[in-house]
Order: sequence, then structure tokens, then C-alpha cells
Amino acid sequence: MTPSFGIAAVALVSLATLAIGAYGWRFSRTTSDFFVASRTVRPALNASAISGEYLSAASFLGIAGLVLTFGAEMLWYPVGWTAGYLMLLVLVAAPLRRSGAYTLPDFAEGRLESRTVRRFSSVLVVAIGWLYLMPQFQGAGLALTTVAGTDHWVGGAIVAGVVLVNVMLGGMRSITLVQAFQYWLKLTALLVPVIFLLAVWTGDGAATTATGAGGPTSDVWASPLSSTNDHPVYTTYSIIIATFLGTMGLPHVVVRFYTNPDGRTARRTTLVVLGLLGVFYVFPPVYGALGRLYAPDLIGSNRADTVVLELPARMIGGLGGDLLSALITAGAFAAFLATSSGLTIAVAGVLSQDVISRRFRGVRSFQAAAVVAVAVPLLLAVVADGVGVARAVGLAFAVAASTFCPLLVLGIWWRRLTDVGALAGLAVGGGLAGVAVLDTLLQQSRSGWVAALLAHPAAWTVPAAFATMIGVSLLTQRRLPVTLSQTMVRLHTPEAVELDRGPYPL
Amino acid sequence: MRSRWGWLRPGHLGSEVDRATFRTMHTASLAGPPLRSGLTEASATKAIRHLRDLLGAPAVALTDTAHLLAWEGRHQHHTDQAARLATPVVADGATSVGDKSQVPCDDPRCPVRHVIVSPLTVEDRVVGTFQVYSPTLSAGLVRATNEVARWVSAQLELAELDASRTRLMEAEVRALRAQISPHFIYNSLTAIASFVRTDPERARELLLDFADFTRYSFRRHGEFTTLAEELRSIERYLVLEKARFGDRLQVTLRVAPEVLPAVVPFLCLQPLVENAVRHGLEDKDGPGRITIVGEDHDTECVVSIEDDGVGEDPERVRRALAGDDSMDSVGLGNVDERLRSTFGDDYGLVVETAPGAGTKVIVRIPKFTPGVRP
Repeated sequence: MTPSFGIAAVALVSLATLAIGAYGWRFSRTTSDFFVASRTVRPALNASAISGEYLSAASFLGIAGLVLTFGAEMLWYPVGWTAGYLMLLVLVAAPLRRSGAYTLPDFAEGRLESRTVRRFSSVLVVAIGWLYLMPQFQGAGLALTTVAGTDHWVGGAIVAGVVLVNVMLGGMRSITLVQAFQYWLKLTALLVPVIFLLAVWTGDGAATTATGAGGPTSDVWASPLSSTNDHPVYTTYSIIIATFLGTMGLPHVVVRFYTNPDGRTARRTTLVVLGLLGVFYVFPPVYGALGRLYAPDLIGSNRADTVVLELPARMIGGLGGDLLSALITAGAFAAFLATSSGLTIAVAGVLSQDVISRRFRGVRSFQAAAVVAVAVPLLLAVVADGVGVARAVGLAFAVAASTFCPLLVLGIWWRRLTDVGALAGLAVGGGLAGVAVLDTLLQQSRSGWVAALLAHPAAWTVPAAFATMIGVSLLTQRRLPVTLSQTMVRLHTPEAVELDRGPYPL
Repeated sequence: MRSRWGWLRPGHLGSEVDRATFRTMHTASLAGPPLRSGLTEASATKAIRHLRDLLGAPAVALTDTAHLLAWEGRHQHHTDQAARLATPVVADGATSVGDKSQVPCDDPRCPVRHVIVSPLTVEDRVVGTFQVYSPTLSAGLVRATNEVARWVSAQLELAELDASRTRLMEAEVRALRAQISPHFIYNSLTAIASFVRTDPERARELLLDFADFTRYSFRRHGEFTTLAEELRSIERYLVLEKARFGDRLQVTLRVAPEVLPAVVPFLCLQPLVENAVRHGLEDKDGPGRITIVGEDHDTECVVSIEDDGVGEDPERVRRALAGDDSMDSVGLGNVDERLRSTFGDDYGLVVETAPGAGTKVIVRIPKFTPGVRP
């Protein structure tokens, strides 16, 4: 495709993002003379914002690449990334909102009344944030290489730069309206081209058999649990556990729940998110499947993640193809920028509050934290170049599922969780998952069970974390916080119910 | 090199005596914070380890007037004697020293042969005892025990001070609640009365606003509320003031919906808005404008209340913030004090003003503070 279209799309999205950052405060407030203060964010709008921030490079590019390469069993990724909100809805959403926590460390401190658990949670938030930011930068590099032929690191550097400038200027805070718009932009960027692509596919006779150059044969590709991986059943269950349970531990998702006025609206918001994500995730697999027919050579050349960007040029070509490619590129960059901003702010917030604040103060501390928050994953993205985008995000989910999932689920539903128990569980879950992540990032070549266990750690690290948390808590029952019953009543009673929620410290 | 690595040299931190002093002071400083929350089982358990370190005795105990609160050290078989030993000391308030007959036990190897029981006093009232169990008895140890007990007493007195400061602030909030000015009630009702014939529908709405406003302001329970509730009440208040002042009072509210769930001390913005209305319109011809802005700053919310009135001498504002009662801005010092005690000293009021330049009050609110819930 002609590079100029792609570059124009990237420039346009970057400039628009910077402009919204500079003037963003205009969107952030409703100006009126009276009666605006009681207008809280409606669940539908907040759900769009959550979806907009959540749908990242992995969803936009990674899934299609995985489906293209490994076939139908990779559909568990989009299913899991959506179903994670089901777990959030059922187990966490309302009590988390009622706890009043803004971040995950806040929740840990509020429930367990321990500064140590808070600090440890902060470290984990930063680790998960970095692990999640890394593939965003990789995806940006990949996208820009595809549309403009630049070096791999350029796209990531551009996204990092735009995010950093915005955060420095104080713009692009998690403005609900802007993030909500991002969801609809991303959906449009995938939906419109797919209509044309499907029209071309129907015109070509709607072929169903794949030519299969460089990948698994069509039978294996189209049926689950039969891929070329060594332990497909284990791998599948591990992916399911990581994605189903990891969503609730993502720092930038949890932060958005604070905007809901109460527990009931938190649940309704989650329900709408489920719907919005369900609709979005219909499309990436379609790209993957069409890629089997029209761009099978990408598998061999290790560029499967670019299939979404390549298809319009290959199937339609000409000006039309270029314009559609530009639209997809714009959507992809919007995805990188939205998710990266949300994550950078979440990570920088935690860093500045719990780590850097002793050295710098106020805004300075937040800016210094933002630089660190962006620089580390950018470096990681350059170093760990060969890990697929969706797979890297999968690792972030695995760490989140092995740490914050037990903390949240046990913290909300089990009275006997103690601070020492939580700390031990976080250490075991985070440590084990961390080892697996490091091993994957360093790209050690392993085979057999060891390879499967390390590439998809969630199936054993999550139970280990749960078991440790429960076991150590049972051994340290003397350390239960004094105000435990009050906390539990607050977490589980709807706000509308009139009851004595205990004495109020002044 | 010498100057850079000088701190590694022995003697850098002073002589042996100096270092022993530092160690003692450090140990004492570790025991201090828990005791500042009063004498309870939890605080005693946290502090007592450091108290034993101070004295180096085999076992020490803290009791209240009747029960054992915490025991540190081995020889647990003596724990049930602590409450009995406390009783006479609580009664006469003097240190008592006892030998083996006071601390009998069957274990011939048990090193506990003597006990020193010192009273803990807060404002001349004995609230508990500090007990030291030791193999030997010396005048030095008795004196050290007395000194530690006195130091613990001082910490407990500070705790008492904290508690009474909290009670004072609660009383002030109650006063603020009752402090809806009689003028405001009179003026509002007069304004509403003027609409009864000309615009009955508006009069009815204003009466409902008035009812809701007073119900919120007089509510009895809860030290905290959400920013949404507080702002809603402020809107009702402004509607009532607007009914009275008409076009002379102009109001702009710009509030980011993301800040609304934040938890704030009850009635922490209301007095600021009242001040703004008063300063914005008093001693001034023509209309006055009040601007209330709420912004989302990630982990914080920033609310500013601005008027374009006559302004104020910064020095007078400083005195009002320092709690000088002669100032007419009664609410300012109280709001500042409550914000600080709720969120920490970083979160005091910021007032930007100068004569003739209007006044802007900025309130920062963290989105989460442990223990602060609506």
C-alpha cells in the first residue's frame, strides 16, 4: 500500500489525541448554570469508556494474528477477555465499588488495614502495567512497519511520546467521554473494512478451504484442541483461567469503576461492557479467517499480527484498499494510544503515590513517575521483540490472575483472609507467574511439559496463590483486622439500605 | 575518598555512650506511635516489645486498671498474676516492688524473682500499670521502670489530647449544622413568599428546595458524605439565594462527573460557598458571579470556589485559617482543620485573594483515604 496514507492516518490520530489532551478539559466538564452536579456518569457511557480503554493492540491486531496462525482454538482469547467481565460482574464489581477504593492498592489497604500489603500491591500493579504496556508499544511498531516501512521501534516510540506529552500537559486524563468515543472509533475501524472484505470474499465464491501455505492444514486449523502445540488441553485451560480471572486485576479497568455512583450501577456498567466487547470481538477472528485465504504467507514470514492491516490492500487494492487500510491504521493507533494512556496514568499514579513521592512532590512526582512508567516498557518492547502481541498481553493477564484475583475474591467473599495470608499469596502467585514471564520474555527454547507450563502459567500459579492465601490466613487468624465486620457489611450491603454502618472516624 | 567514605569509620556516629543513647531514643520512638492511639490491647501489644528492649528485663507486662493487656517475654505462667499485682498500685498510685512471694511459681529454674509495678497516669488518674519481672532487684532498675512508665504516661496523655481534639471538631460540626443563619431562613422565606401569588409553581419548587436543604444540613448521622451530595445541597442553597438576589447573583457550575463519588467531610464546601456569596455581593454594586469548578486529577479531585467580589487582605485570610475567632469567616478555619485531619496536612485549603481582586478557594480531595467512607 502507499505509505503516505498510513503515515497520514497515524499523524492524524496522534495530533487529534494531542489536541484532545490540550483542550480535553473542555470535554471533561458540563457547563451549565444549575443542576449539573447531580448528573453522574450513566452506565452506558461508562461502559463505552471502559471498553474503549480496554480494547488494546492485542484485541485489535493480536487476535487476528493468532487465529491466522494457530486456528480456531485461539478463539478462547477473545472469549476469555470478554468473559473476564462476567467474573468481574458476578464476584467483584459491586463490592469493589462499595469499598470506595480507587485503585487496587486502595482496596488492599481498606480491606486488610495494612500498609505493607498496600505497598506490595503497588509493586504488582506497576509490574502488570508494564507487562501490558510492552505489547502496546510492540503493536504500534508492527503497525507502522507495515504501513510505512519504518524500523520496529519507531511506532512504539511515537505512541510512548504522544502519551508522555499528554500526561505531562495534564491532559488525556481518564476522561470518560473521550474514552467512550475511542470504543466507537475502534469498532468502526474494524467494522467498515470487514463489510467490504466480506463482499469481495463472497464475490470470489466464498471459498471455505484454506490453501494452508506455511501453517497447519485446514482440518487442524478449523478444529479446537488439535493444533500443533504439545499440550493443547492444558494450554487451553490455562488460557481460560488467565483471561477469565485476570481482567479483575487490571489496574486501568478497576480505576474506571470509581466513576460509578454506586454498586448497582457498577453491575449495570459491567453488563453493558459484556455486550459491547461481545460485539467487537466478532470481527478480529473474521480477519484471521480471511487471512487464511488471502494472506497465508504472513505466517511463514512471522508477521501474522499484521494481517488486519494487510488484508484491505491485498483483497481490494487501489485507492479503496489504501483508504480502508488507513482507517484500520487509525483505529489501531487509537487503540494503542487509549490503552497506553490509561495504563500509563494508572502506573504513574501508583508510582508517584507509593514510591517517588518522598523525593519529589505534587505534579513533579507524577511527571517523573510517568517518564519511568513509559520508559521501562518501551525498553522491554525493544528487547523482547519476538513475543507475539496477544501472547504478551496473555502474560499480563496471567500475573493479574495469580495475584489480584485471589486478593479480590477472597478479600470480598472470605471473612478470614488476613494481611499476612494476602501477602504470602501475592508473593507466591506473583513470584511463580513472574518466573514464567521472565522465562518467556528471555525466549528460552524449551520443549515438552516445561515449555507448556512456563508459556501458560495461570493453570498452576492461580491455584497456588489461592492455596497459599487460604493456608497462611488460617494460620494467622489472630491478625484479623478489628473492623472486619464493618468492612464486610459495607462491601455487601446495597447503598440504598438504611442501616448502621458502624462509627465514623473523623 | 576519606570524606566520601567517612561515615564508614568507627566513631562517626559518636562515642559508645552516644550510640547507646541513640539506640534508646530510637527504641522509644518505635514504641511511641502505637501508644498514641490510647491504651488498648492492640496498642499495648504493638508497643510492649520495644518497652522490654528498653529495659532488657526477662518479661514485662502492661495492664489497664483490672486486666492484663499485653505480655512480652517468656515465663508465660506468670501472666495471670499481672491483674492481681495491678490492683493495689491502681488504688494508691505509687510504685510497688515485690519479691518471690508476690510472684510464686513451681518452676525452680524460673528466673522471675522480683516484680516492679509502676502506675500509668493520665491527668492524675491511674489508667493502668507497667510491670517488670526480673531476676534481680536494683535501685537503678526501679528508677528505669518508673521513667519508662512516666514516658508511656506522657504518650497516653498525647493520645487523650488527640481524642479531645477530635471531640472538639465533632462538636464544631454539630455547631455548623445548627448554624444555618437565621438571616438566611428569614430571607429565603420572604423571597418565597413574594412568589406565592405571582408564580405559585416556582414558590412551590423553592419551598421543596428549602425543605431538602434544611434536611441535609440538619442531618444527624455521618461525618462524611459524597461530593455529589454536598454539591446537590449547594445547588439548592444557590437556587434559594438566587430567588432572593435575582439577576444580581450569577452562578456557574462546571463539575466533571468523575469527581462526584469522592468522599468528603460533611459540610466542607457549604461554608465556603456561603462566604463566596457574601463576599461576592456585599459592598459591591452590580452583579456578582460565583464559579464552582470540579476537576478530575486522577488520584485527586480539585474543587475551586471563586467569586469576583471585593476580595480580602491575604493577612486576614491567614489569620482566619489559623483559627482566629475574631474573623468573620467562621467556616474557613473549621473547614481547613477538618480537611487536614481527614486527609492529612497536604490537603489544607488554598486561598487566592487580594483586595479588589475577588477570592478563589481551592480544595483538593484524594479519591481514597483509608477509613474515610460516606
